[in-house]
Amino acid sequence: MGATDWIKSRVQAWVDSKLEPQFRAKLRALPTRQNEYGFDPFGFNRDEAKIGALMARFFYKVYFRVETHGIERVPPGRVLLISNHSGQLPFDGIGIGGALLFDHDPPRIVRAMVEKYVQTLPFASYIFARWGQITGTPENCRRLLEDEEAILVFPEGAKGISKPFTQRYQLQEFGLGFMRLALETKTPIVPIAVIGAEEQAPAVNVKSIAKLIGAPAFPVLPLPPFFPILPYPVKYRIYFGEPLSFDGDADDEDEVLEEKVRHVRNEIQSMIRIGLKERRHIFW
Amino acid sequence: MARRGNGESKRDKIVLTGIAGRLGRLVVRRLHREGDGRVVGIDRREFPGRPRDVEHYQVDLRSKKARDVFRAGDVRALIHMGVMHDPRQGEAEHHSWNVQGTARLLDACASYGVPKVIVLSSANVYGPRPDNPQFLTEDAPLMAGQHFPAIRDLIEVDMLASSFFWKQQECETVILRPVHILGGVRNAPSNYLRLPYVPTLLGFDPMVQVIHEDDVVDAICCALKPGTRGIFNVVGPGEVPLSTILQELGRKTIPVPHPLAMPLLTALWRGKLTSFPVPELDHIRYVCMVDGTRARETLGFRPKHSLKETIRAVNAR
Repeated sequence: MGATDWIKSRVQAWVDSKLEPQFRAKLRALPTRQNEYGFDPFGFNRDEAKIGALMARFFYKVYFRVETHGIERVPPGRVLLISNHSGQLPFDGIGIGGALLFDHDPPRIVRAMVEKYVQTLPFASYIFARWGQITGTPENCRRLLEDEEAILVFPEGAKGISKPFTQRYQLQEFGLGFMRLALETKTPIVPIAVIGAEEQAPAVNVKSIAKLIGAPAFPVLPLPPFFPILPYPVKYRIYFGEPLSFDGDADDEDEVLEEKVRHVRNEIQSMIRIGLKERRHIFW
Repeated sequence: MARRGNGESKRDKIVLTGIAGRLGRLVVRRLHREGDGRVVGIDRREFPGRPRDVEHYQVDLRSKKARDVFRAGDVRALIHMGVMHDPRQGEAEHHSWNVQGTARLLDACASYGVPKVIVLSSANVYGPRPDNPQFLTEDAPLMAGQHFPAIRDLIEVDMLASSFFWKQQECETVILRPVHILGGVRNAPSNYLRLPYVPTLLGFDPMVQVIHEDDVVDAICCALKPGTRGIFNVVGPGEVPLSTILQELGRKTIPVPHPLAMPLLTALWRGKLTSFPVPELDHIRYVCMVDGTRARETLGFRPKHSLKETIRAVNAR
């Protein structure tokens, strides 16, 4: 056994000691497919995902102290989770993933559509896959919806996550792809508003550098108090809306789809408005 | 010249190109066991240990003699596996052998009305890329040449076969695109897994699909059945991370940071110390996996070997 295997087994043992046995049993009972080595076709592995779950729990329970509203509205079976996106680093994804893992019964693994660019980065490329995250292509999404999985889509995309502080809580333009998939696979859409993430990393985006290195965005932040890579420990509030079902032809003109997408966008925008009104403070 | 219409019952020859290779021998053995018809081989290499009733023509695919094999009009099927993969052969020779050789063979099949043509291509023709969907269908564009110009001849072979499929409607053309074939075969993935110390890219561990060599023979036999035609991805028992395969085989790995790997391999290649061309690094970095639904539903193909058996097969001799 090599050194890496030894480290791996120590980490596994430590993670197991930190997670309650009931939770581990629930993770084992997840309905995702797996082959004789414990991998699903997209590279998700329950044992390795436990490390991710532990990290997610830290951010979910301790760092951002997430408060969820309406988690019971997430229907069983295939579902598209559509949310606002912000905060320079995708901690809002961790928040939503954590909500379905820790506050939903039975726990569900959220499969987020990850930027293709991540595939070219060392470590991130495969760790994301082991934790159930997938490369953002329509084919992948369709396949997983047909397997009755929960898919998280941020239709604002890179424009959303890298939005500067001055544009917080202003939804950017939505892509149409998720609506085509929802119509094609008859998947209910759950609109989600994440309050808090938009203030976690007030940034200025330096577009020229982003272009130079070929990254979708290059946000520059004033150093947060603890570590330069962590956002401010704001309090997250996540609102789940009523599931929306749409009928129609997936191959309709863009205008027809835009109409439906606008409906989802308005829903999220009004949930954001309510959430902001209810909130007493950014940090608690 | 005995052309078509001269009694289909007389057609009893199955022609195999690349018969002297490992996979060729496995197919011969299987055809023997099922025992219908004569087997004829075309290969530039010798065929030691050839069964007595197998005819072997040690000729170039591009030569007139190769065409002569078809001339009697008694060929029932062509199984074209004689595609050259050896990256150490010159690029021009590669191109001429693979592309011209295939074109001449297909031309002979058209002229002498061969009713079945099976071309063994590979799932590698899609190419490993960061923006690949997890599973590529048969309709996906063949992008392997984008970063690996030397592989274009293999894509062209596939394209030649698919245009033959459309042009020669009376011939049942089958193109098989199997994933990484493991076993005693001497192809890049099996050779890579047989290395005593296996270099990997630090921080990259793509999901890969593998198939046992016997299962590929099965797929070829499925394709031989009358009535089947089309392009098929052929997948094995499942998909696993590269690291799991190396663990299963108990190999020692040497993780190399990817910015170093490229210049390192380039130097080794120039010094003729490795047979792995530099662009093949992408295979241990990005996914190139295919969807085998069509082969399962249309050909009725199911791999018989489990993942573990498939992986362990590289140790077999």
